[in-house]
Amino acid sequence: MRAVIVGCGRVGAGLAERLAREGHDVTIIDNNTEAFSRLEPDFPGQAIRADGTDEDVLRRVGTDTADWFYALTEGDNRNAFAAQMASEAFGVKNVVAKVNDPVRAEAYTQLGVATICRTRLLVDALAQFTGLAADPGASGVRDVERHHDHLDESAVPAGASHPGH
Amino acid sequence: MYIVVVGGGKVGYYLAKELLEAGHELVILEKNASRARQISDELGSIVLNRDGCEGKHLAEAGANRAAVVAAVTGDDEDNLVVCQMAKHHFDVPKTIARVNNPRNEDLFKHLGVNEIISPTRMVLGAIEQDIPVHELLHLAQLKGGEMELVEAQISESSPALGRKSTDINLPEGSSLFLLLRGNSVQQVRADTVFQAGDKVLAVAKGDSGEEVLRRELIGDSEPVGSSN
Repeated sequence: MRAVIVGCGRVGAGLAERLAREGHDVTIIDNNTEAFSRLEPDFPGQAIRADGTDEDVLRRVGTDTADWFYALTEGDNRNAFAAQMASEAFGVKNVVAKVNDPVRAEAYTQLGVATICRTRLLVDALAQFTGLAADPGASGVRDVERHHDHLDESAVPAGASHPGH
Repeated sequence: MYIVVVGGGKVGYYLAKELLEAGHELVILEKNASRARQISDELGSIVLNRDGCEGKHLAEAGANRAAVVAAVTGDDEDNLVVCQMAKHHFDVPKTIARVNNPRNEDLFKHLGVNEIISPTRMVLGAIEQDIPVHELLHLAQLKGGEMELVEAQISESSPALGRKSTDINLPEGSSLFLLLRGNSVQQVRADTVFQAGDKVLAVAKGDSGEEVLRRELIGDSEPVGSSN
């Protein structure tokens, strides 16, 4: 399987290492060369210094043939943008955007973009550690299409239109 | 009309100034505190020192009653997110985005942004008008970018040379309407025969329409053989 990862922070680098170790073909993009120092020296994938929100860059790294696309930069908007470019312009089937602002994460989930929200995950983990009940919407990657049945209707933001398509 | 402007850079500032003078009601969202202060010193208390990409700040700015949200920051990704939040979260009837990378235009349109303003594209168009390249010149976007007003120059190698306008195989939705020949401007008629040096103004629909027009009026990049 081919994976393209935008953003070589701790999460991006960690995921790249893990996927590559399992034998997947991984391309990781970051606009800062120093970010690649987070990768092991013998990282078998491709590390490319470029702007991962630039359509030409994504074309050059073969995003159209990727099975997975992860937008994991520090910027929520960059991630939402890159993820939608991957799915809409390059037709990638499995796309995840890291969106740390819970409101924006929810909005994008409703728009059909699978999101992972660090804030909500951490809050829920800590709340559960404290003995509170789990937040059913907080676990893992949130994807309206796949988990529609489990979607807590009360979590739909006021005024949100129909999800996605 | 109530308008929310996101981004208080040069574009946002002058936009707000013009809109205020035209009597509109508006608010600018600018996340940089000193820039926000600077604008409010000059234009009055119409500035919210907030990040317009966040839903709660758009709500605070009254996006739910805005007729227009214009996202004019220097970052395409921020402008897209603002427009998407405005449209899907606040049902804003018209969203306008500044797009810096012209390659992003199609994605923005596809994702539902109503109007796209591309300064890069405009400068590019202005430069192209001065260069005698044998390409279609983009003069203006019509119907929100769905159609394009273009100009084609007929050269010695053009497939349209010596042909009547009715013999040109026009793509669907396109039309030839004005002919610039020497100092005269005339309508393209059924019996108009194209000569070298003619400039033809046409309306093209979509990239494929433009491509057909280019092929018919200008020809392929290689010179067309004399056997044609």
